[in-house]
Amino acid sequence: MSINATLIGQAIWFAVFIWITMKYVWPPLQKAMADRQQQIADGLAAAERGKHDLELAEKRSVEAMREAREKASEMVAAGDKRGSEIVEEAKAAARVEADKIVAAAKAEIEQEVERARAALRERVAELAVSGAERILKREVDAKAHAEMLASLKQEL
Amino acid sequence: MASGTLTATEYITHHLTNLKWCSEAAKVDGHCHGFWTLHLDTLLVSGILGLVVFGFLAKIASRATAGVPSGWQNFFELVLTFVDQQVKDTYHGKSKLITPMAITIFIWVFVMNAMDLVPVDFLPVTASAVGVHYLKVVPTTDPNLTFAMSLTVFGIMIYMNFAVKGASGFAHEVFTAPFGAKLAPVNLLFRIVEDIAKPISLSLRLFGNMYAGEMVFILIALLGIWQLPLALPWALFHILIITLQAFVFMMLTIVYMSMASESH
Repeated sequence: MSINATLIGQAIWFAVFIWITMKYVWPPLQKAMADRQQQIADGLAAAERGKHDLELAEKRSVEAMREAREKASEMVAAGDKRGSEIVEEAKAAARVEADKIVAAAKAEIEQEVERARAALRERVAELAVSGAERILKREVDAKAHAEMLASLKQEL
Repeated sequence: MASGTLTATEYITHHLTNLKWCSEAAKVDGHCHGFWTLHLDTLLVSGILGLVVFGFLAKIASRATAGVPSGWQNFFELVLTFVDQQVKDTYHGKSKLITPMAITIFIWVFVMNAMDLVPVDFLPVTASAVGVHYLKVVPTTDPNLTFAMSLTVFGIMIYMNFAVKGASGFAHEVFTAPFGAKLAPVNLLFRIVEDIAKPISLSLRLFGNMYAGEMVFILIALLGIWQLPLALPWALFHILIITLQAFVFMMLTIVYMSMASESH
């Protein structure tokens, strides 16, 4: 074990390897690690932002739901109101129509009564004549008494 | 296992001898002596390990994505973040050099130490089969390597002292801490001892631990059939040591850098 020129050679090797590490090994690896650190930090920040956004969105959605519910109940109330209005209108119209029908029916009934009364007048004369015939037990000349019967008709 | 004619001493010595190379003119009695000798095994094993692992790391890093990290990227991010955290906890200066240096030390020392876990005869026997007769596999058992690293760290430390405090600030600190200006020579002496102790302790700690660990592996390998129940527990225990030594070297480097860039 003697110290000799190997010392110089080894010092050169040492310097070469330090140079390689300094130029080609450490900086790229360090950069890769720093970049990754940055990416992770960005990712975490993005996640945090996302969480915040989600919270906001949740708040907004709750707000929107509340508004929608209010609007819906308003609409239901308006619908109910409108519905009862329509029912009222329909009732009024039906009442008018019913009155009309009743009036028409009444008029018809009047006419019918009138007609029946006329028919009855006709029949009463005949009945009176035939009754008289039976009472008198003889033929009564219809023609001879027509004038009297017509005046009798008028009296009914 | 001791092969054939080798005695135990020869076996151990053989395992602890580096593959040396020097110019023909520098050889004495056919052997390499003196400063201008290269330990080819240390240089090649540490160099190849470093190129493979840092090449692989650079490839991973070039494909690194900020998305979900897969497999190796995930693993190395974990390791490098761990090292970076150690740096951040200890060093509060601005230098962009410290983290890459700490990463290099931790990973490189770890993989070199991990060569300890390859069975002691495996690579030397393979090498001798292709005509290489000496091969010391664990580069960190060569003080040339540990001193090269610690002296480089020392140099950077001195540079940081000047860069952060300036020449006058550094001089002021050297002469006045810890006893004040009146005891300037004592302060200087203390400072010299303190600073010289740093690279020496740094390198000898790593070298000593790995050398001793490798020695125990070699001794276990000498036990014949009894190495079977012993090699595994020692290897398992050694996983702890190789990681710990890589960590200690890295950590002390960071501490020295932080001391160099902070005023007393």
